[in-house]
Amino acid sequence: MNDAQNLLVGMAMGLNLIGLASSRLTSLIRAAAIQGMVLGVLPLLLGHGANWWVILVAAATVVVKGFVIPALLRKALRAAHIDREVQPLIPFVPSLLLGAAATVGAVALSGLLPLRPEHAHSLLVPGSFATVVSGLLLLMGRAKAIAQVCGYLMLENGIYMFGLLLIGSTPIMVEAGILLDLTVAVFVVGIIVDRIQREFDTLDTRRLTELHE
Amino acid sequence: MIEVLLIVVPLLLAGVAVVWPAERTRPWLLPVAGVLHVLLVAVLLVRPSSSPVNPWLGFDAVSRAVLPMVSILFLVCAAYAVSYLRIRADQSNKVFVAMLLSLHALFSFALQARHLGLLWIGVEAATLLTVPLLHFNNTARAIEATWKYLIVGGTGVALSLLGSFCLGYASLHGGGTGDLTFAGMVSQGPALSRPWLVAAWVLLLAGYGTKMGLAPMHTWKPDAYGEAPGVVGAILAGGATTIAFVAVLRVKQVVDAAGGGAMTERTLLVFGLFSMVVSSLYLLATRDFKRMLAYSSVEHMGILAVGAALGTAGLSAALYHVWNNGLTKGALFLSAGNIRRAARARTADTVSGMAWCTPVSARVLVVGLFAVTAMPPFGPFFSELGIIRAGLETHHGSAVAVFTICLLLAFIGLTRLMFAIVDGRPRAAARMERHAGREAAGVVIPPIVFLAFSLWLGLAAPPLLQKSWSSAAAYLEAVR
Repeated sequence: MNDAQNLLVGMAMGLNLIGLASSRLTSLIRAAAIQGMVLGVLPLLLGHGANWWVILVAAATVVVKGFVIPALLRKALRAAHIDREVQPLIPFVPSLLLGAAATVGAVALSGLLPLRPEHAHSLLVPGSFATVVSGLLLLMGRAKAIAQVCGYLMLENGIYMFGLLLIGSTPIMVEAGILLDLTVAVFVVGIIVDRIQREFDTLDTRRLTELHE
Repeated sequence: MIEVLLIVVPLLLAGVAVVWPAERTRPWLLPVAGVLHVLLVAVLLVRPSSSPVNPWLGFDAVSRAVLPMVSILFLVCAAYAVSYLRIRADQSNKVFVAMLLSLHALFSFALQARHLGLLWIGVEAATLLTVPLLHFNNTARAIEATWKYLIVGGTGVALSLLGSFCLGYASLHGGGTGDLTFAGMVSQGPALSRPWLVAAWVLLLAGYGTKMGLAPMHTWKPDAYGEAPGVVGAILAGGATTIAFVAVLRVKQVVDAAGGGAMTERTLLVFGLFSMVVSSLYLLATRDFKRMLAYSSVEHMGILAVGAALGTAGLSAALYHVWNNGLTKGALFLSAGNIRRAARARTADTVSGMAWCTPVSARVLVVGLFAVTAMPPFGPFFSELGIIRAGLETHHGSAVAVFTICLLLAFIGLTRLMFAIVDGRPRAAARMERHAGREAAGVVIPPIVFLAFSLWLGLAAPPLLQKSWSSAAAYLEAVR
């Protein structure tokens, strides 16, 4: 059971690096979508049995992160006639190296944090930290609004991974609220991306430079 | 029961606002909600219930100390919004009114949340609901500000969720049963796992600190406050920052109970003083009077953080300062909004002579400026004095020195810019506004009411409120 779980987390960590390395926005969206689906399946493997609530969360996550959000982002891409990130603020190779360093650092850091016996051999903690850092790198290092949204999705995926450690012990209501909030967040982001597109006729956030000191 | 009504009433009225057919009368729902909310809070304040507070959600000592301020702030802003939306009849106000009402419900929810997860949900939902309010003006600048707010604020709430999970894991690792109420975690005390506790504090302070607008996570603030309508700025600067500050205080209580008191105090002191230094330097440089208010807000968040780091007396003064900050800022944001509308410009390079064009708003702005820079007899003077006294009593002499120098620099920066706008010869565009006679009573009385509140808090803060601040501080610090 634990091996299958670690395999999925490992895949998610690999997808971080693919996302950081890809210059084409469609492949970045695809990496974020696959990562979301991989993580959506993960709760089924955590050994809490297949009760209806876990299945529901898994199905909702796969549908929203794997299909709905990527479809919205691709629609925005087509409307804006853009295809690739031309000049990222942090170039691709350095951001890939930073991502790899973050992965190593996450493994080292999670060695310092004490884990409960049932999580002792799980990759969830390093996977979560590595994904959060990769998401932050995309948020800071890319100029296109779509790439920043993908970074935000990765950041969320990393936090979701960490949340799986608590899934057995936190009350259902809170989990439902958190899932709902994350979904709404992405929709709001989508609407604003659309507004930027209409107002500036571009999705390059470097054009957003009117406000400064 | 009443504590739930505080959330349900504004939420129901938000629903009514969505289906309300008439544009002209819809804004009146705002003051209706404001009056009902103030009455409910007054009942809770005067007649506290004897039954124990619900561990998940309830009107506890901390909500008692700050929720009435948010309630008053909303009521006065609601009265202003009625006139404001009449002036801005070019835009549909359906979303604006509904979002403002839901935001009020969420403030009541987040301030009463006594559970780690519920608190996060409240803060996150409030962040999202603010988005339509920020781009109400629908200009390119407003959308840019909204995007920056969403990206920085979204990252902030994401980090605070990760921090909440770390705190939850600290509790689980320490033998907890998954009870994530603050009372439950406080009672676990030193059993909480120390490394996880440190990670949680770092992430939660970064996350909720972003929402408060502590430097260096304050970058969204000048943009958002600069572009949002004045009334939204007032509610964000007094309400949204207050829920984030209360979130920090509630988390601090858990970390303190686990023996991390020295760490929380040191970090809050450093972040607070750093925010004050950064904002006072920006105040010396900025030319835009609405962005100036945002930097002043960063400065006051720094003051709150410093107060919270200085023991029970400092925390009590900080809670007093929450009131002074919220209500005095209200006067500044609303009158600055009036001036900005009349001048049709925002920087000292293009605005001058507003004492002639908008005489009442300009005077309110000047008096409000003296109030917010801690001139006696206004409230901020007494709360900042309380913080300085607490700093000296706890032997933080050098911190007090930095604190006072920053206050002085901020005073210089604020007065320099403010008088550049108020004095001098008015510009042509603004002169036309004077003839149009746009300074309606509905938009000048609410800021005057805020000033009256600021004066009242300084001269005659009622013993009931003073007791609520000191007992909230005692409640939060009792765990040490």
